[in-house]
Amino acid sequence: MFLIECPWCGRRDQGEFSCGGEAHIVRPASPDDLDDESWADYLFNRKNPKGVHLEQWVHIQGCGRWFNAARNTVSNKIVSVYKVGEEPPHPEKRKPVPESGQ
Amino acid sequence: MQRFSALRLLGHGLTGHKHWRQSWRHPEPKREYDVVIVGGGGHGLATAYYLAREHGMTNIAVVEKGWIGGGNTGRNTTIVRSNYLWDEAAHLYEKSLKLWEGLSHELNFNVMFSQRGVMNLAHSLQDVRDAERRANANVLNGIDSEILTPEQIRQKVPLISISPTARYPVLGATFQPRGGVARHDAITWGYARAADALGVDIIQNCEVTGVLKESGHVVGVETTRGVIRARKVGVVAAGHSSVIAQMAGLRLPIESHPLQAFVSEPCKPALDTVVMSNAVHAYISQSDKGEFVVGAGIDGYNGYSQSGGYNVIEGAVAAIVELFPTLSRIRLMRQWGGIVDVAPDACPIIGLTPLKGLYINCGWGTGGFKSTPGSGWVLAHTIAHNRPHELNLPFTLERFSSGALIDEHGAAGVAH
Ligand SMILES: Cc1cc2nc3c(=O)[nH]c(=O)nc-3n(C[C@H](O)[C@H](O)[C@H](O)COP(=O)(O)OP(=O)(O)OC[C@H]3O[C@@H](n4cnc5c(N)ncnc54)[C@H](O)[C@@H]3O)c2cc1C
Ligand SMILES: [Zn+2]
Repeated sequence: MFLIECPWCGRRDQGEFSCGGEAHIVRPASPDDLDDESWADYLFNRKNPKGVHLEQWVHIQGCGRWFNAARNTVSNKIVSVYKVGEEPPHPEKRKPVPESGQ
Repeated sequence: MQRFSALRLLGHGLTGHKHWRQSWRHPEPKREYDVVIVGGGGHGLATAYYLAREHGMTNIAVVEKGWIGGGNTGRNTTIVRSNYLWDEAAHLYEKSLKLWEGLSHELNFNVMFSQRGVMNLAHSLQDVRDAERRANANVLNGIDSEILTPEQIRQKVPLISISPTARYPVLGATFQPRGGVARHDAITWGYARAADALGVDIIQNCEVTGVLKESGHVVGVETTRGVIRARKVGVVAAGHSSVIAQMAGLRLPIESHPLQAFVSEPCKPALDTVVMSNAVHAYISQSDKGEFVVGAGIDGYNGYSQSGGYNVIEGAVAAIVELFPTLSRIRLMRQWGGIVDVAPDACPIIGLTPLKGLYINCGWGTGGFKSTPGSGWVLAHTIAHNRPHELNLPFTLERFSSGALIDEHGAAGVAH
C-alpha cells in the first residue's frame, strides 16, 4: 500500500495506477540481425531487482497518462517520478539498498 | 530417524511427550559438498531428499537464509491439483499429484493431504467452453476431470449462489476429485526430517550472498556463514531467483510479485471442497481449524515486500462475498503475502543453465506448492544426471529462445 505522485494529478493511491513493468527497454534496431538468444533476452529477460527499480506506470483511473518511477521494490518507497523521455535519477540516488530483508 | 507410529505416540504420551528427539540436526556448514541447494523451501528440501533417496548422493547441504519453509511454502493456500491444459504441464503436475498420494507414508510424516476435490468455476459462455476443453484434455491425459452443471455445483457447495442474476453467474465448473489441500508446514518438516535422516545438512540462518565461479564454472557459494564450495549448485529460491541469478551474472525471464492470502475467524464446517475462480481472481477453501482460507491474484507490480495492496484484498473479498453471500458477515483474522516468481508463460523453469555447475528451478509463481514433490523429483534427476528428466525437458530455460513456450495462463495464470 503506497502513494504515487502522478506528474499531472499529484499524489494518489497506488490502486489508481497500473504498472507497465521495467522502463527503458529499447527495441533492437534491426531484429533480423539478432540471434535467438539476444531476441529472447529483449523479449523476456528482466532486471527484477531487489532494490530500486525503474518502471513504467499509467494513471489508469485518473488522467490515463504514462510516466516513469524509480521505486524501491522492498519498501515501496518512490525515489522519484519522471516523465517518459526524461533521464532516470542518477544511479547514486537509486542506491538505498533494501531496508528490510525478506 | 525416530519413526512415528501409534505405539510410539502412546509411549511418549505416557511420559508427557518430553522425550521426542529433534527432527533434524543443526550442523555447522562443511567447507565443501557435492551439491549445495540454495533455498530451504519445500522444493529445495524435496530436491535434497530425492537426490539422497533416488540418486544416492548424500553429501548435500540445503542453505536457507531464514528458517525452512518461511518463504512461499509456509505462506500459500495449499491447493493441490493437476488439471492443467497442455500435455507438458499436465504430465509434470500429475507426477507430483501421484507423489502426494503416497507422501505421508513415504516420509513417515502426516502431510495431511486431503483429496477433497478442486472446483474451477466458469462465469461466461467462453469460460464454459475453455473449461470443457481443459477437462477433455485432462481426460485424454488420464487425469480425473469432470464438468459440473450449476445444479451439481450447488449440491456440492450449498453456500454458493447460482442465481442467474448474480454479479458473477455460475454457469458451470470443472472438478478434479483427486485434488485438494495439504498442510504447508508438514511438507517442509516431513522432507527436512527425511532428508536429514539420509545425511543431508540443513543449514538455516545462512544467506547466500555470492556465487563462486572459477573459469566459468560455478564452484560454490559465499554465505553469511562463510564460503561453501560445491561441485553443483541448485538455485531453488522462488521469489529471490533473480537475485541469486544476478550474483552469478545470469539474466532470467522472471519477475517477482507480491501475492496475498488471508483467513477468516474459525467457523463450523461449511465448505468441504476447494472453489476457485480465475475470472474473479479469488478462491476459497476451509481449513481443518474452520478458517475460510481465501487467496487473491498477484499485485501488479514487482515487489519483494511480502505484503501487497489493500485494493487487491478488497477485490478478492468482494468477489468471494458475491459468490458466497452468507460469508459477508464473517470477520477476517489474518492477512499476509509472499513473493512469487512469475514466468512469461506461467510455467516453471527447471534445468541446466549456461553456467556449468549451476542448476535452476524457479518460475512456479502462484502455483508451485502442489508441485513440491514433483519439482524436487525432476530437479534431483537433472542435478544427478546433468540432464533434464523427460518430465522437465520442455521446461528448460532454452524454451524462451527456441520459442517453445507452454502457455498455461488459462489454467495457471491466476489460479494456484
Ligand atoms: C499467498 C500465496 C498463495 C499461494 N497459493 C498456492 C496454492 O494454493 N497452490 C499452489 O500450488 N501454490 C500456491 N502458491 C505458490 C507456492 O507457494 C510456491 O510456488 C511454492 O511454495 C514455492 O516453493 P519453493 O520451495 O520454491 O519456494 P519458497 O518456499 O519460497 O522457498 C525459497 C526459499 O529460498 C530462500 N532464499 C531466498 N534467497 C536466499 C538466499 N540468498 N540464500 C539462502 N536462501 C534464500 C527463502 O528464504 C525461501 O525459504 C501460493 C503462493 C503464495 C505467496
Ligand atoms: Zn494522473
